[in-house]
Amino acid sequence: MGDYAQPLPVPDPDSAPFWAACREHRLVLQKCAACGAVRYPPGPRCPRCRAREAVWIEAAGRGRVYSWIVVNHPVPKEVYAAEVPYVVALIELDEGVRMASNIVGCAPSAVRGDLRVEVVFDDVAPGTTLPRFKPAPDETR
Amino acid sequence: MWTLRDRYCIAGIGETAYTKASGRTVLDLASEACLKAAADAGLAPEAIDGIVSFHFNDSVPATAVATSLGIPAVRYAVDFAGGGNAANLIVLAAAAAIEAGLATSVLCYRAMNGRSGFRLGGGRELSARGVTQFTAPFGWVTYPQAMAMWCRRHMLAYGTTSEQLAAVAITCRANAALNERAMQRAPITLDDYLGSRMIVEPFRMLDICLESDGACAVLVTAAARARDLAQRPVYILGGAYGGGPNQGDDLFDALRWPDHAHNYSRYIAADLWRSAGVGPGDVDVAEIYDCFTYSVLMQLEGFGFCGEGEGGPFVQDGRIARDGALPVNTHGGLLSEAYIHGLNHVLEAVRQLRGAAGARQVPGAEIAFTSAGAMTCGSAMVLRR
Ligand SMILES: [Zn+2]
Repeated sequence: MGDYAQPLPVPDPDSAPFWAACREHRLVLQKCAACGAVRYPPGPRCPRCRAREAVWIEAAGRGRVYSWIVVNHPVPKEVYAAEVPYVVALIELDEGVRMASNIVGCAPSAVRGDLRVEVVFDDVAPGTTLPRFKPAPDETR
Repeated sequence: MWTLRDRYCIAGIGETAYTKASGRTVLDLASEACLKAAADAGLAPEAIDGIVSFHFNDSVPATAVATSLGIPAVRYAVDFAGGGNAANLIVLAAAAAIEAGLATSVLCYRAMNGRSGFRLGGGRELSARGVTQFTAPFGWVTYPQAMAMWCRRHMLAYGTTSEQLAAVAITCRANAALNERAMQRAPITLDDYLGSRMIVEPFRMLDICLESDGACAVLVTAAARARDLAQRPVYILGGAYGGGPNQGDDLFDALRWPDHAHNYSRYIAADLWRSAGVGPGDVDVAEIYDCFTYSVLMQLEGFGFCGEGEGGPFVQDGRIARDGALPVNTHGGLLSEAYIHGLNHVLEAVRQLRGAAGARQVPGAEIAFTSAGAMTCGSAMVLRR
């Protein structure tokens, strides 16, 4: 854990509750207190009604693969050489927002469009937990 | 909408050699391209009173080039923050500045040591702040990785294939073979494409543009003035800049973009063609932003050269070859000529409309299309001779 070389998220006042929840292995999303729109990534204002007030709701942690890539060539090499090949995906959460993350727990070649996935939490460094996704149980059958 | 149809011209063009290691400062490259563009138009540097560029801290500012060239009175010096999305925007901005009386003769340039200096394709800084905290921690850090996500979505939505992507790469290379300035001129085959190294699926090495040291510049002035200068004027018929909703926090970010099977082009096409007074069927040659093979497909669809989802089949069977129905990237594009972020496409369009494109001339080319951008925002022009 001490030699984790990949970029770590730097929380800011808008995002701190999201990363704090990840540390507790909970996936949370901002929901506008005025109009109810759920948004991601976290931001200072509701893009739909411009209200500033928001509440944090517990997400189900389930979604489907909207698109994905398989990184074969590590950039920079010193950081990712041991990681390739790895999958980065855009995941549409059941709450209606899109999140970038990794698909783990299956071969890269097993990923496909609309694959149902669920969140798993990866404690990558002291104080930092990343939400990644694995194929949902009903997908592996 | 652009309302200046036929009232402004590109009166001069200039560029440096395109290399992997210029051994020169970016200021030196920019100065050379700008001086050549002014000289091509028949204008002394003293006559230049405006200068515009775009970059993201990988170049030199407009005031530095104006200072380097000893331009005595700079009335309009502006740097746009942008990548290839701005390559046509700066030309439109130059014309708009002249229309507003801010200047009379404006140089537009793009200059960088994109291979020996700051390598855009080599990954951004690995600090995960701002919107990057929601992408970089997952190993999503380079532009090829960003754009592969769009390409995959196009494949999912429309069944686009690697063979169709290959057709774009092969066409650009075949054109570059006829272009003495092009950095990659050795012809490639489908087998070469399929055998090239997988970088980030679905992209192979040959889906990804070059990295280049070099500079391009164009001189923009009013049509009435251009007609008295040294070259046959190339008129700006139409132009547009923009994109859809949720263009994101920076060029990489498209987390909230409506549909990754489409890019900016569908959002600016109506304004572009209406401003130009012509349609895609009137275009004789199209210089389309090709930072990656797939971006050509999305723009062919978005700008209406073919139907939605039909970009893949459209580029096959020689349709975009130099002697095809729609010659595309006659200079070799970003994929094979050089990566000067789309300003080199404008230079090629001007050469084609002057009838000065040599061995790669499209016979009788009267109307050219240029575009710049691949993701959530971009710019485009229709030019005529
Ligand atoms: Zn709201």
